[in-house]
Amino acid sequence: MIDEALVKHVARLARLQLTDAETAAMKRELGAILDTMEALKSVDVSAVPPTSHVLGLTDVLRPDEARPFAHREALLEGAPNRDGDYFKVPKVLE
Amino acid sequence: MTDYTSWSASAIAAAVRGKKAKAEDVAGAHLERIRAEDPKVRAFIRVLADEALEAAREVDAKVAEGRDPGLLAGVPVALKDNLNVRGVPTTCGSKILEGFVAPYDATVVERLKLHGAVIVGKTNMDEFAMGSSTENSAFFPTKNPHDHARVPGGSSGGSAAAVASGMVPLALGSDTGGSIRQPASFCGVVGLKPTYGLVSRYGLVAFASSLDQIGPIARNVEDAALALTAISGFDPLDSTSAPSQPRSYDVSSGVQGLRIGLPAEYAGPGLEPDVKAAVDRALAALRAKGAQTVDVSLPNTKHAVSTYYILAPSEASANLARFDGMRYGFSTARANARLTGLLETYEASRGRGFGPEVKRRIMLGTYALSSGYYDAYYGRAQRVRTLIKRDFDEAFRNADVLLTPVAPTPAFKLGEKTSDPVQMYLSDVFTIPCNIAGIAGVSVPCGKTKGGLPLGVQLLSRPFEEHILLAAAKALEGL
Repeated sequence: MIDEALVKHVARLARLQLTDAETAAMKRELGAILDTMEALKSVDVSAVPPTSHVLGLTDVLRPDEARPFAHREALLEGAPNRDGDYFKVPKVLE
Repeated sequence: MTDYTSWSASAIAAAVRGKKAKAEDVAGAHLERIRAEDPKVRAFIRVLADEALEAAREVDAKVAEGRDPGLLAGVPVALKDNLNVRGVPTTCGSKILEGFVAPYDATVVERLKLHGAVIVGKTNMDEFAMGSSTENSAFFPTKNPHDHARVPGGSSGGSAAAVASGMVPLALGSDTGGSIRQPASFCGVVGLKPTYGLVSRYGLVAFASSLDQIGPIARNVEDAALALTAISGFDPLDSTSAPSQPRSYDVSSGVQGLRIGLPAEYAGPGLEPDVKAAVDRALAALRAKGAQTVDVSLPNTKHAVSTYYILAPSEASANLARFDGMRYGFSTARANARLTGLLETYEASRGRGFGPEVKRRIMLGTYALSSGYYDAYYGRAQRVRTLIKRDFDEAFRNADVLLTPVAPTPAFKLGEKTSDPVQMYLSDVFTIPCNIAGIAGVSVPCGKTKGGLPLGVQLLSRPFEEHILLAAAKALEGL
């Protein structure tokens, strides 16, 4: 059952600020969407392995070699806040 | 003056390569068409007029010097705005990418350029490719060129509308649950979703990484095949790229003896008579050209929409975590001289930067992955995915290609489904299973409704059998 507290909990997990109106709409809409998924619960999947992707490729590796990126300045230019060659971000550890 | 805007991509490339046409003139004609038509259709978020003319002149110079200008020499191409072109903003139809300029080319863009294609602009889309009508664009809705009161489909609606209205002969879109095939059907053009892993996703803004695939939208099958030849093949920069040798896609093999499977589950109620009639027409045409028909069953089809709307939002909630207001795009920290708290910056930037449908899917995905609900939703959906894939494996033992509708209805009216997300989700019922199983699918025009709206049909094939799929699609042209 989707209630307001659950919506707020999930929004916090998703790092998503919701207005009160959005929270109310989300409660209603997520409830309706999840209702349509009820039938999935009746499928017997006890002996079925999960598929995460279809190709069956696993552990795709490449040599761990550093390569310079040609457009470094273009990357840094996109930063909301920068300090020289650094991204400037809020304090992470209090 | 030659009207290049009615030419196919193949004809343009042949003429430019054979010095019968100048790429600059071809680009100019299409840019003129965009100036005349796009104010009505609104297919483009950004038109790259100067860049296109310059690229076209480079192609002409190559031809003049006797160098190989590539397979798509001088072909104007539009790109869905979730594909990176270096030096050009990528918006993904979202406000959260405000100010972002792509610092590199997507692999498909690099390959298009290498083949002499001329990129003329970035097309409108549902925000982060989440939607079926292009109405979820943060900027404006795109109109269906056949009826401006109707949607072009989505999420690659801008690309489909641009091709359908002669603004480009070729465009690229991306397809996670039908986002190339459904708009192609609504706009009366060809849309190909290649096998998962055949086309590199490097430089495509990720939505649901196990389902996303880039593919062409064109006015005929031959052009779609030509584009696939240019953009497909292994890419070390995409770890889900399938190891494969480059190949040239030929569509001329015909359908003699081909076994066409008709899945019983795709013929249920809810299908409009016009849509059913299009499938019947396609079937008759394939039979007349020597194909056989077989009945097949995909019993888990009824679970595909639910499975998709758990898996895709779950992957999206993880992929979209990167939009955090710290490194690029919209950020509430940008406006503040003093930085606010970390969590506050994350939450406010994302809360203000994402639109309603994206928030809904992030919430749905976060919920489905969260502690206590993971097994019931995400874990279970991954297992049902296996069952859906097995259905196709079984069906393809008896059939080479499957024939189905693309969508239950032709193009619907703008605003008709925006108030009810569940109704919008259900319009993807016939296209979603292809992505879940990772197989190849194509939407081909197949006549019109009594009211004059385009109708398409869908063909599906085994993975990496695009040559068979496209040959079957070719047999439906002109219906």
